[in-house]
Amino acid sequence: MRDLSVSRSTPASTLAMAALGAALLVMFAAPWWAGRAELRLFGEIFLYMSLATLWNFLAGYAGLVSVGQQAYVGLGGYMFFAATMFWGLNPLLALPVAALIGAAISAPVAALIFRLRGAYFAIGTWVVAEVFLLTFAQVTSLGGGSGTSLPVGVVKGLSESRDGREALIYWLALGIAVLVVGAVFAFLRSRRGVALTAIRDNELAAKSLGIDIWWTKFTVYVVTAGLTTLVGGLIFLQKLRISPDAAFSVNDWTAVVIFIVVIGGIGTLEGPILGTLVYFALRETLADYGTIYLIALGVVAIAVMLFAPKGLWGLIRGHRGTELFPLSRRVRGLTEKGQ
Amino acid sequence: MDWINAIIQGALLGGLYALFAAGLSLIFGVMRLVNIAHGDLIVLSAYVALTTSVGLGLNPLLALVIVVPVMAAFGYALQRLILNRTMGDDLLPPLLVTFGLSVIIQNALLMGYSADPQKLQAGPIETASVSLGPITLGVMPVLVFAVAVAVIAGLQWMFYRTALGRAFRATSDRQDIAQLMGLNRAHVFGLAMALSLAVTALAGVFLGIRTSFDPAAGASRLIFGFEAVIIGGLGNLWGTLGGGVILGIAQTLGAKINPGYQILAGHLVFLLILAIRPRGLFPRMDG
Amino acid sequence: MPDPILSIHGLDAHYGDFQALYGVDLAVERGQVLAVIGANGAGKTTLMRSISGLLRNAPDAVRWQGRPIGALRADQIAALGIALVPEGRLLFPSLSVEENLIIGGQLGRKGPWSLTRIYDLFPILKERRNVPATALSGGQQQMVAIGRALMSNPELLMMDEISLGLAPVIIKSIYEALPGIVGEGLSAIVVEQDIAKALSVSSHVTCLQEGRVSLTGGSGELSRDAISKAYFGV
Repeated sequence: MRDLSVSRSTPASTLAMAALGAALLVMFAAPWWAGRAELRLFGEIFLYMSLATLWNFLAGYAGLVSVGQQAYVGLGGYMFFAATMFWGLNPLLALPVAALIGAAISAPVAALIFRLRGAYFAIGTWVVAEVFLLTFAQVTSLGGGSGTSLPVGVVKGLSESRDGREALIYWLALGIAVLVVGAVFAFLRSRRGVALTAIRDNELAAKSLGIDIWWTKFTVYVVTAGLTTLVGGLIFLQKLRISPDAAFSVNDWTAVVIFIVVIGGIGTLEGPILGTLVYFALRETLADYGTIYLIALGVVAIAVMLFAPKGLWGLIRGHRGTELFPLSRRVRGLTEKGQ
Repeated sequence: MDWINAIIQGALLGGLYALFAAGLSLIFGVMRLVNIAHGDLIVLSAYVALTTSVGLGLNPLLALVIVVPVMAAFGYALQRLILNRTMGDDLLPPLLVTFGLSVIIQNALLMGYSADPQKLQAGPIETASVSLGPITLGVMPVLVFAVAVAVIAGLQWMFYRTALGRAFRATSDRQDIAQLMGLNRAHVFGLAMALSLAVTALAGVFLGIRTSFDPAAGASRLIFGFEAVIIGGLGNLWGTLGGGVILGIAQTLGAKINPGYQILAGHLVFLLILAIRPRGLFPRMDG
Repeated sequence: MPDPILSIHGLDAHYGDFQALYGVDLAVERGQVLAVIGANGAGKTTLMRSISGLLRNAPDAVRWQGRPIGALRADQIAALGIALVPEGRLLFPSLSVEENLIIGGQLGRKGPWSLTRIYDLFPILKERRNVPATALSGGQQQMVAIGRALMSNPELLMMDEISLGLAPVIIKSIYEALPGIVGEGLSAIVVEQDIAKALSVSSHVTCLQEGRVSLTGGSGELSRDAISKAYFGV
């Protein structure tokens, strides 16, 4: 007779974590083996992976379906520009400063829009993003409605050579992706994460267990906003130019991100990562078709939502509940006992 | 006098916003569905009106005879074929599907009509006005406001005095028991969406006569409609008209201070009301 | 022997992974009142939900006048003339008393029942016809629920625990009205936890226990012992 034990890792997850470690090493070395265009693409992939993971954390785990995360992407861009241009901060310092400002601003925003429920909450987040857009369009020192470019001095402050700069931006993107996925993973494994899962599964039951739903969701919202602001800062460091329409674009920073998560599999850690890879594969093949590719993406996302609501990852893992990230606790030894 | 004029123009503009909001309010009331594509459907209606009025040489106001039934039929089909599959306890599927729909409509319009702004030409009525002492009122804004009042009165009557309204309220109360009464939920929802898009068609045509529009114009129409609904109080149709008027006045007063503040002022008033009266200014008594 | 108006054969019912009914068989003949009894959780309400179409079944599991109806939607089943008074009444709170009754008749099936006859049967409802239905007392709400089902002029009336939560004197008056209701060739299924009540109004009885039929027979013919054994399983 065997003993029962509880553990989170499975042979699949141990293998996956090892493979992930290896992949990270290879990707870390990318500046030495990849060309300039690939490096830029990889950087963009990591930034979208971060945005998708964050949106999934918000919507898939905390049930806060936002269609206004572009508010924080744009805020991050503008705060990064302001911090480097007006306050003379080093770009590497300006990024975390932008993130802190984003988190600080998101707290009163949350207090306000948490008064809206469900889908109305979603549109409320959009209003907030519009307010940010219209506000920054009024700031003439940041170029008003037409936007501004990052001064050469700031860019050079990062690194004198173009190659060095691009490698650094790439490493920042890789680092932020690791940070974001790692932070969400750590949060979900913590006590708070267990509370979050309990709320998702049954809000009423969670309440009766003494879980403070408002605070838990508030924390998730603020953490997500701060990290999204960080990603936004880096996005516009990579672009070197910012304008209100680009910074607060609902298509670029929310629609695409939502489609990525839905197609990959909402409510899992693996889904957004898989979805990002699928999205970029599609984009690189269909980019020449212009608008039709956004239509196709929308159609695919609707089809997935209707016919495979758990996304591609849900299809792959099937009923066995395979997890590459060791997240759920599993009881070992049960099947052996049954035999 | 300038300020009073701005307030009156804003109130009339509020009629248009109430039309944006009425369709949104209707489907939320019947099936708790929030349609993120609502604004894009308004813009789609304007394009349908553009094509019919140009193609048939009709005044866009006459084109309503075609646009309204076309949009209603589209709404019924949309609900039966797609949206009904998403209805359930989980709010994520309808939200994401209508969001996807929004992106599809927007980009399809972009492909079909390009990003160039368009306008519906309604002829002399656009510039016609009447003077009441020092105040000059445009005939079109007054007409739009009157239509908004009529639409809301009509919806109110339909809801509380007709068999269809009874079916809507019963289905909204208890879907499964309504089904036991022989009401096919899928059909009732289809009718609600058809009615919503019929109102949307009106809103789209009036929007297109009033201002120029482009494929990306939907998002802000959705937001204006949504703000009117929340300011007025969920589930209160007359409140929605009040919400539209308040939003319209906030915008025209904002624009009077600085043209760049027009939309921003509306959003800020909305957020202010959300902060001090989260259930809206005219919440439903029994809600 | 006449063909039964409703026959159920081998009916299984599930809520997700949980199976609530196992191979239930029963039949109702025209004009018959069948009592379905059983303890809490025996599957009585599930059976009502299955027949009325709120739960979908295999097409052949439920037959109506010989026609398979197990897979039809609830509104299609209502149109055939099967009406349910659901457990807990479940009136429409946004509708007035009269609107609740009218919507019960919205299918427009012909028959003896009309607003006037419902008001004759339950005069108090006429007095209060413009009040929101949920503003009534529990007993009056139950009258509305029964009236709402009758307004569809059903051929089979199913009543799920109509005495639940009501004062004994109210229960008595509602049960006194029942013979007048089922007198006109109407068939009925009465679901009750109260065995004596169930036996007093029915000609046949079916007992459920843990999702299975544990006993069936004429209401007058079954012994107390047999019934309590089938009911409690001891």
